[in-house]
Amino acid sequence: MSLSEFWDFLVLGVVLGSLYAVIAIGYTLVYGVLQLLNFAHSEVFMFGGYGGLLALTALIPETTPSGMNSVLYVAIGMLAGAALGGAVAFGLERVAYRPLRRHNAPRLVFLITAIGASFFLYNLAGKLFGRNALPMPAMYENGTALTVFGAELTVTQLLILVSAVAMMVLLDYVVNRTKMGSGIRAVAQDPEVAALMGVDIDKVVSRTFVLGGLLGGAAGFLFGTNSQVWYTMGFLPGITAFAAAVLGGIGNVRGAMLGGLVLGVVETMTVGLWGDDWRYVGAFVVLVLVLMVRPTGILGERLGRTA
Amino acid sequence: MSMKTSTPAESSRNESMAPSAAARLRKVHWYQEPRWRRLGALLALAVTFTLMTGEEGTTRDLFLALREDFTGPGLWLWVGIAVLVWVVREFLSDQASGAAKWTKRTASGPFAAVREAWGSNASLRVGVLLAGLALAVFGPLGLERYWQQVLVDQIAIFVLLTIGLNVVIGWAGLLDLGFIAFFAIGAYSAAYWTGALPVQPPVVLNNFLVIPIAVATCLVAGVLLGAPVLRLRGDYLAIVTLGFHEIVYLMAKNAESVTEGVRGVKVERFSIDLGFFSYEWKLDPMPYYWVLIGFTVLALFLFLRLEHSKVGRAWTAIREDEVAAAATGVNTVRYKLMAFAIGASTSGVAGVAYASKVGYFNPENFAILLSILVLAYVVFGGMGSIPGVIFGAAFLVWLPEALREWVDPKDRYMYLGALLVVMMIYRPQGVLPSRRRKRELEMAEAGIGGADATGPAEGRQQ
Repeated sequence: MSLSEFWDFLVLGVVLGSLYAVIAIGYTLVYGVLQLLNFAHSEVFMFGGYGGLLALTALIPETTPSGMNSVLYVAIGMLAGAALGGAVAFGLERVAYRPLRRHNAPRLVFLITAIGASFFLYNLAGKLFGRNALPMPAMYENGTALTVFGAELTVTQLLILVSAVAMMVLLDYVVNRTKMGSGIRAVAQDPEVAALMGVDIDKVVSRTFVLGGLLGGAAGFLFGTNSQVWYTMGFLPGITAFAAAVLGGIGNVRGAMLGGLVLGVVETMTVGLWGDDWRYVGAFVVLVLVLMVRPTGILGERLGRTA
Repeated sequence: MSMKTSTPAESSRNESMAPSAAARLRKVHWYQEPRWRRLGALLALAVTFTLMTGEEGTTRDLFLALREDFTGPGLWLWVGIAVLVWVVREFLSDQASGAAKWTKRTASGPFAAVREAWGSNASLRVGVLLAGLALAVFGPLGLERYWQQVLVDQIAIFVLLTIGLNVVIGWAGLLDLGFIAFFAIGAYSAAYWTGALPVQPPVVLNNFLVIPIAVATCLVAGVLLGAPVLRLRGDYLAIVTLGFHEIVYLMAKNAESVTEGVRGVKVERFSIDLGFFSYEWKLDPMPYYWVLIGFTVLALFLFLRLEHSKVGRAWTAIREDEVAAAATGVNTVRYKLMAFAIGASTSGVAGVAYASKVGYFNPENFAILLSILVLAYVVFGGMGSIPGVIFGAAFLVWLPEALREWVDPKDRYMYLGALLVVMMIYRPQGVLPSRRRKRELEMAEAGIGGADATGPAEGRQQ
């Protein structure tokens, strides 16, 4: 791999990694408050892609919009994706997880429910919207936006990078500076004491899911813009983002962001060195290595303690 | 001074003028009342059912399915049913519960009689089991060819797989989502050692002789995969096995020089040649069926011995309280690893049998959804209960085949996913539960014990 190729793959990796970071936040938030691996988060992401796709298919004109119109359609797509993602996450918590919490069910039962919900959701999407991949309608003329160290960054990649960073900053603010964020952190630290202090746990859990769902949905839209939208699109990014959350220290929001970036770069470097067939192997190997060497992740676990 | 302190009468008047925060919190809007919330939930359920049973969408017209579903008669049918259920539940609940009680009383009479006879009469138990075995062995001879194929290719293989997964999930309480990866390893081992792959083995073996090799391979792979993960926290095993499955699948697909890739592999079928006696398995499914029954009975024999041995009791102890088990000297990591590896090797045996039955396979035969199917069968039948998981696999394979004219085969998985969720909420112990597992789940609900082994391992409390 020559130096210019290295920069190309690095930039690609950072773009991809910022998406993984946004998805990983959803895993890490839910893990923080419920100690649950929410397998169905990858389906929230997928529905986000479909949300954007549906809204844009219905609204976008025949000719590719330009100027302020492009911005408008991007905003519509992203909001629709986030809204559907948030709605699916909300419904998921309400229908699948809340009854289990009421029963104080063992963790195995939560995991099986999560897998079942994931299976149900992606097959439902396949049934409703067909089982082929669809590209997002063109919202702007895609071309080179700027050049970094000789690596060309397209408009789509710049869009992903900017919006992912914006979302992460916003989320960091929400978790660390707002009342809702302190509720989330309180429940993550000690749900019983939080309840005694007057925190409504059901509400906090529900909001945590919605928060993760909004981010996951928007990430789904961005992912769909970059490649395509199809009903199993959540699976591999989901595993990778989960690995990112573990890498950064599960339950730790800033750790998830860092882990996402690292895994994005690892993935593109794997592609650069060994070819596209082995794209997802790198992330998995990193996951197992992290579990062997430093199971609490780079920045340490637990939402309440470190974030 | 008297101006500053307010009298009780004044303060109560102040409260009535501006409602306190507590009063605002206590206020319940009409739509927050349980009755209306239940109606809302039922209507949401009706919409979900409409979408589930509605039109198949296409990528050419994204909105087709949504448009058809929300304008068609299906929606009104489901909404009608939902409203009917709600009315019965809210306004006729006395009559409804009376009818339910009556049905339960009338139906439970014969069941109780059968259960008592079963419990008290040992010769009856043996007789029924022998008759059942005889029926399982010779009964299928009378079936049509199609159902014989289903029985062998799917039911018998899946029964073997569920028995293996039951050890992992039912007895050790671990979630293994990469179960089919070991199935694939078994199948590819069969292909390799019978000389069907581009890379040649040192010595070409008979299919039956591959089985111990496949068992060993899967044991080693299982230990290598499980060891780093199970030292930490049981629930990481789920995601790591999921990733492992993906790696195995990608290898099978992409490493064409070794595995033939998507072209698939042709494997020789079972055969025996002992010099004085030789036999070859051909197209007729029944001989394979008897081989598989043999494997299943062998696995059952071994696993039932394990269940009541020291190992089985260690698993139970780990499930019920991992910390206490570790404190009494149970090496929790070792036993968890053992369960995981035993499950993996069973899957490997099934893989060899599958490859030697179908004669041709490709990576698509080992897709991730198979892992989830096997999981669904185990959960539906009853985690930890051997009769349960056998029934679960047989019933859930049979049902979609029997309904294949009415339900689109592609929708099966959606229903299975929904079934998993519903089972976990309403009947986590399964249809034919193991008595011990059921009690554990109930105790876990009451806050005693864990009922699984997915928590942090000893010495690594969070």
